[in-house]
Amino acid sequence: MALELIKGNVAVAETALRAGLVSYFGYPITPQTELLEHLSVRMPELGRAFVQAESELGAINMVYGAACTGLRTMTSSSSPGVSLMQEGLSYLAGTELPAVIVNVVRGGPGLGNIAPSQADYTQMVHGGGHGEYHLIVLAPASVQEAVDLTALTFDLAEKYRMVVCLLMDGYLGQMMEPVELPPFAPVRMKAPSWAVGAEHPDGERAVLTSINISPPVQEVFNVKMMSRWEEIEKSEVRYKGYYLDDAEYMVVGYGTAGRIALTSVRAAREKGIKIGLLRPITVSPFPVKVLEDLVPRMKGILVVEMNNGQMLDDVSAIVARRTPLHFYGRMGGVVPYPDEFTTAIEEMINGEHDVNRDARGAWLAKMRDLVGIGA
Amino acid sequence: MDTDIRLIYDRPIGFTDVTTHYCPGCTHGVAHRLIAEVLEEMGELKNTIGVAPVGCSVFAYNYFDFDFVEAAHGRAPAMATGIKRTLPDKMVFTYQGDGDLASMGMGEIVAAAARGEQISVFFINNTNYGMTGGQMAPTTLPGQKTSSSPLGRDVETQGYPIRTAELMSSLDGASFVVRRSLHDARSIRNSKKAIRTAFEVQKQGLGFSFVELLSTCPTNWGMTPVNAREWLKEYMIPQYPIGDFKVSSAVEEIIKGG
Repeated sequence: MALELIKGNVAVAETALRAGLVSYFGYPITPQTELLEHLSVRMPELGRAFVQAESELGAINMVYGAACTGLRTMTSSSSPGVSLMQEGLSYLAGTELPAVIVNVVRGGPGLGNIAPSQADYTQMVHGGGHGEYHLIVLAPASVQEAVDLTALTFDLAEKYRMVVCLLMDGYLGQMMEPVELPPFAPVRMKAPSWAVGAEHPDGERAVLTSINISPPVQEVFNVKMMSRWEEIEKSEVRYKGYYLDDAEYMVVGYGTAGRIALTSVRAAREKGIKIGLLRPITVSPFPVKVLEDLVPRMKGILVVEMNNGQMLDDVSAIVARRTPLHFYGRMGGVVPYPDEFTTAIEEMINGEHDVNRDARGAWLAKMRDLVGIGA
Repeated sequence: MDTDIRLIYDRPIGFTDVTTHYCPGCTHGVAHRLIAEVLEEMGELKNTIGVAPVGCSVFAYNYFDFDFVEAAHGRAPAMATGIKRTLPDKMVFTYQGDGDLASMGMGEIVAAAARGEQISVFFINNTNYGMTGGQMAPTTLPGQKTSSSPLGRDVETQGYPIRTAELMSSLDGASFVVRRSLHDARSIRNSKKAIRTAFEVQKQGLGFSFVELLSTCPTNWGMTPVNAREWLKEYMIPQYPIGDFKVSSAVEEIIKGG
């Protein structure tokens, strides 16, 4: 199949459609809007459901309804819109429903801006809605990878009856790259028996709610959810390792930051530095075991992100002061240059071997100098 | 002598066999029953998906014996949209109270009506938040005492009640918008007719249908069930007149066809 030059948002939209998307509900917000626009034409063209909702609240609750039918449904938005959707994500989780959400992250907090950011890591990975639940969160680093992961999001959502998030950023959403789109998959219109409107075993009916008014009953549900998550942590971790076989130093970064870091790692390799890159693809479940196994032979680990070190906290818990931890991030929608990561790599290698160093504090002090504000 | 024993009043087949959690004299049970009877008469029980709200009727799905989902507060019309757009041949309705629909969910209900969603909405107006203990709702009457307007609703600082049916009737996407009451037998019969029309509108794909039902809340109003019905008649109906606020020409044909 020929490669096509496509914008990330459009590529994800077209791939979701080809993966058998039955319904889409969304609301315009930059830098995600092309996804909605593409489906506004393509879904009706193929006789499938499309609604531009009145708000992100409306959109996610339309998804909530559509997910109750057990047929493939999704929404997409960007950071402020996803904040509004958090209520619905909690309800979807509490009702054990499969659905897909694409978050094309932009700079924040508040209205922020429309530039690429990874500031929604915590919002997506560690919840954002009320109660306790997890999402599976996949973070592509290229338009092709976003395409490849899109069909997987639906499969995972249905396998585990939960919400799966494709975590992009404004860069991946807006950038055009040559991609190979998948062929059309058949649209599944047969609903599972738990769904409303489906065929149920004799005398049964489907009641889908997130209410467990009795605390002990709610706790049973929570234990079941946690057990399923434990299974997901064992079997659904995805990542990519680069130059890790003989690495003595390592960079950890996902999505666009991970992709930029690869350029810096390659440059360091050319200088003879034994450094590798771990790029988590599932930031939730996080590749804990993979990182765990790498820590003992690392002389230093650098975490790079386009935020204030949200994944750094997760990495830090795994590293547990066994090797010096470093951090470099840009915030507010500023995209780092490979040179900045290269400098951070050099500082890690030339720095003293202090396992107790305060990675975020050291970075923040540098940031104050960089942006020109005093302590 | 033969004894003629006939069963003249029974649980509708669309109901489950459980004990109600509603307070004595509350009209939720009446509204539920009318919906179940109509769906039974139309032969739609097996083809219906209900959407329950947050509020006293949060457990509506315990009583209706067909597929049901439970929405987040106010979002039932959005959830119903998602279901109906995915399964257009199903009968989909929301059942919502005044806190749910006219306060938290005003955005969702107006947007669903404006889009002309092919759903039916049953709106229970009892002038207060029943489940949380009788707080002021968007429908609370001027001067009415509630637990969050203990001196009576002061319109200067707490605003005016919303006439929801009238508001909905201004939207082009709405085909059938009426207000009925549940305070006496005649009103209940008229309410049932309106519920039937609302479902017929949906079945024939004629657009969005909305039935507001004036209801009583004796517990939170601090009245006996009988006095609550009198209060509804005396105070609610002047504020919320019974009537047809929007009946599209296509819907008029259904009503005439009877």
